[in-house]
Amino acid sequence: MTATIQTLEPIERPPTTMGSRLEGELMEVSMGPQHPSTHGVFRMNVALEGEIVRKLKPVFGYLHRNHEKIGENTSYLGSMPYTDRLDYFCSMTNNWAYALSVEKLAGIEVPERAQYLRVILAELTRLQNHASLLGFLLSDMGAWGTPLMYAFREREKILDLFESLSGSRMMCDYMRFGGCRVDAGPDWMERAKKIVDLFPRFIDEMENLVVGNEIVIARTQNVGKLSAELAINAGITGPMLRACGVNYDVRKVDGYGFYPRFKFRIPLGEHGDTYDRLMMRALEMRESVGILKQALEQVPAGPIMNPKVKIRAFRPPVGEAYGRIEAPKGELGFYLISDGGTNPYRYRVRPPSFINLTVLEDLCLGHTVADVMVILGSVDIVMGEVDR
Amino acid sequence: MEPLEQIKARIEAAVPGAKIDIVPNPGPAQQLSLLIDNEHARAVARFLRIDPALRFDFCSNVTGVDWLDRTVKKTVKVKKLVDSEEKEVDETTEEKIPGYLEAVYHLYSMIHKHGPVVIRMRTTDRAQGARLPSLTSIWRSAEFQEREIFDLYGVRFDGHPDLRRILMWDEFVDHPMRKDYREPDDYEYEPTPHDDVLERAKQHCASRPQLDGAEKITDAVKG
Repeated sequence: MTATIQTLEPIERPPTTMGSRLEGELMEVSMGPQHPSTHGVFRMNVALEGEIVRKLKPVFGYLHRNHEKIGENTSYLGSMPYTDRLDYFCSMTNNWAYALSVEKLAGIEVPERAQYLRVILAELTRLQNHASLLGFLLSDMGAWGTPLMYAFREREKILDLFESLSGSRMMCDYMRFGGCRVDAGPDWMERAKKIVDLFPRFIDEMENLVVGNEIVIARTQNVGKLSAELAINAGITGPMLRACGVNYDVRKVDGYGFYPRFKFRIPLGEHGDTYDRLMMRALEMRESVGILKQALEQVPAGPIMNPKVKIRAFRPPVGEAYGRIEAPKGELGFYLISDGGTNPYRYRVRPPSFINLTVLEDLCLGHTVADVMVILGSVDIVMGEVDR
Repeated sequence: MEPLEQIKARIEAAVPGAKIDIVPNPGPAQQLSLLIDNEHARAVARFLRIDPALRFDFCSNVTGVDWLDRTVKKTVKVKKLVDSEEKEVDETTEEKIPGYLEAVYHLYSMIHKHGPVVIRMRTTDRAQGARLPSLTSIWRSAEFQEREIFDLYGVRFDGHPDLRRILMWDEFVDHPMRKDYREPDDYEYEPTPHDDVLERAKQHCASRPQLDGAEKITDAVKG
């Protein structure tokens, strides 16, 4: 066995239909930061040979506010609403990842009903994140408007649920160390059930729109291929990793929350191209609907907070902990060091979409400028999390 | 996964000369870590990655920690003669620990689905230009994260392919995640900074420098 790093083999240049290629003429183009399909203020410096990308350097930091420093200067509880702003599409999973890490740090148990609520909200978050990603991705490909509006129609239903539960559509600030902030009433459960039951109709609709669509296939298949070896080595997680055929899902591996109680499968891709990454989202939504149906069925009555936890002036014992969950975009982790005080000594976020961008250049080399937008769309980034 | 002591023993057997310490974690999380020496860091990391029983192929999280100079007070009960009578007296000793910067790596195995094993490296001091070996050649996922440590903590990673600032702009001078970092005066609201405001502003921004490191990438392709 060799000890060297497996480097990516150069992606073969796709045959171009253009008669005259500008051989050797390189042009440097700055894509972004003000561009709608860059999903926020994100810039790429691209060296182009004709239309083909020869080199690409991502530039970020436009949204940087040193979240980690703020976290170190705030109490443990004070950081909770701030985690909403990381990946502002999925505040519920951000809350959960942070709560899970603090619970590990302080050794806190979570009551059963709270665990079920967490699973329900995390899976609803996954549904709305993946739905809007499909919309954005199709929007990047030129299907302007319609798919995005379809996706946002469904997303809005789920955000309404979040609002009636937590008081806010996107900045939910819902979870606490040792449980959840407010309980969901029986009418909320009924509404959630109705939305979940109707959701597969939307997935069918979206799949009809996407799966066999000639333009989608032409734009995504064999575009931005990622090998499983590189994906593992570069720390790619989430649907992007599983699109390469690597069976790794923190929900199964760590079995955090009550995920081992539910029956669900991990969809896997085969080619690791943009089409697989796109389909991965559609397939994961179906599994999430399955989990949600089971969870809404089984959710027990009981307390939602561990009564032993002192939320105010919370001081975990000296030590450190790294907790992670499977957020819709990949592995979201929080690394906390406590020195026994009210503020964490070190507060670190492991942002999945930041690390997933590591391979952006490898994915784009040899493709055209128009493909870069599609590839970037399939990585699924949110700048609030990338720049922190 | 095998216990950490066994991993430590196996590393020391496989990498001659490597000095490994187990860093205790008093908290309930029970995530102990291995402190590896900088000289053999890459060999140790390579061993962790390719050893068939461990196979830590997935380096999830890479981060820096800043430890300032500390004094640790230890209270020990000592028997002493007080007024010609033997008594137990608390004696406090102070130990000064000089500050250092630390890089922490959380490793998992995707093949065996175990982990995490935490490895740490420490710089000798907190001076500007403190150095650590880069592990990007072993785990590519460290590429951006080591750049982030360089940006926010000021640790230089030897052997990193592209060590530039990543979140702050290139002209920025200080390292904001360090514990003793002082925020600059709010000069940005001054429309045309002058006199002492300009002087203060200059302390945090070098005079208009070279281009952003991402520019001029065409040269790299040609060369």
